[in-house]
Amino acid sequence: MRFHTPKTFEAAVAIAAAASGQTRFLAGGTDVLVQMRAAMVMPDDLIDLKHIPGVKDIARTADGGWQIGIAVSGAELGRHAGIGADWPGVVEGMQLVGSTQVQGRATLVGNLCNGSPAADSVPAMVAAGARLSVIGPQGSRDVAVEDIPAGPGRTTLKPGEVVTAVTLPPRGQNGGDAYLRFIPRTEMDIAVVGVAVNLRLEGDKITEARIALGAVAPKILLVPQAAQAIIGSTLDDAAMDALSAAAVAASTPISDKRGTAAFRKDIVGVLVKRAARIAYERAKGAAK
Amino acid sequence: MSKIHVTTTVNGDPVEFLADPRDTLLDCLRDQLGLTGTKEGCGTGDCGACSVTVDGVLVCSCLVLGAEAQGKQIGTVEGIANGSELHPLQRKFIEHAALQCGFCTPGILVAAKALLEQNPDPTETEVRYWLAGNLCRCTGYDKIIRAVLDAGAEMRGAN
Repeated sequence: MRFHTPKTFEAAVAIAAAASGQTRFLAGGTDVLVQMRAAMVMPDDLIDLKHIPGVKDIARTADGGWQIGIAVSGAELGRHAGIGADWPGVVEGMQLVGSTQVQGRATLVGNLCNGSPAADSVPAMVAAGARLSVIGPQGSRDVAVEDIPAGPGRTTLKPGEVVTAVTLPPRGQNGGDAYLRFIPRTEMDIAVVGVAVNLRLEGDKITEARIALGAVAPKILLVPQAAQAIIGSTLDDAAMDALSAAAVAASTPISDKRGTAAFRKDIVGVLVKRAARIAYERAKGAAK
Repeated sequence: MSKIHVTTTVNGDPVEFLADPRDTLLDCLRDQLGLTGTKEGCGTGDCGACSVTVDGVLVCSCLVLGAEAQGKQIGTVEGIANGSELHPLQRKFIEHAALQCGFCTPGILVAAKALLEQNPDPTETEVRYWLAGNLCRCTGYDKIIRAVLDAGAEMRGAN
């Protein structure tokens, strides 16, 4: 295995393009090193992206959103007051990944590109409308986070492509987001169901919403029908019931050691209401 | 396969070693530098026995490559005591009998020290969550939590 420490993304892409065998990019390493140990992957070329300037930075974008470097750890994201105020759901999703030790290294982009349908940070990024900057042999492109997962362990990134940054949109007025997951213990587990809700209010009425579900389908789902169920409502009981039904209807879970398909469908209908309530209260400014 | 020459700092001492690019920092600490206080439990980041700090950040050394240590400040359990004088955490672990087989203890000491450095007065809940990635199969954790809280109290009193 050759270990590379390029100083630019262009150089990283060039190394990947010139490589003939297995290539992996390294940021936090909390998945890649585990796969290497399990001999699932033994890269011929491992490209450490942490020597590229800016990969550890969090910066305001010109329009008031946030650009997050690809090597920013969960712990660093959690310490950032500005993102925590704007996008608490994204931060709480990421902070549920692994232990304190894992939080010291694990990244949003790693959680996404690992391709797990149960990744905790991904539903929250999808609900937030997060986008990725990607560079590859064919040049640069901008892509929505929900377009990346392709199935368990698979993404739509093309060979040689690498993510260069995550961008969260401007929070704007009267918005709130939240992420909840169900696990049978209190810490250090993988989501049986994950739910992220992001919404905006005008007065008491919801005017915009994005709802994403994790661990209930082969990939993380953006569910417009669930958003439609609450847009125009004040999150009254009828809207809550419609929201719950839409989330259950969109879910096509498997049964495995973490839970049966029927249990997951029950839980997603409950969690989506709780997450919507939290997001609504945050939008009201109750818990910002 | 060509080895990588790594220059780094471990517990304040400059060191260098030759790493196979696949070697983890844990491998390098134990096999190249002879620092066997850091233990290998699971090797996949689940148990915390290999906890060290890299530039002050608590990590699993099994999830860091040795080559990534270039130019960093590494902290291991060997750096916790001041010569023959035990750190308060180490004394409190003995007083509270917070270990049985001891295999998880180095990782827990490193993790608990990192906690007390950033939060000198943690609640019991904060200690339990912080140490959730450090598995102990002997003690049932209670004595560990009490030892960490007691060490924190003593360290606050001393300052």
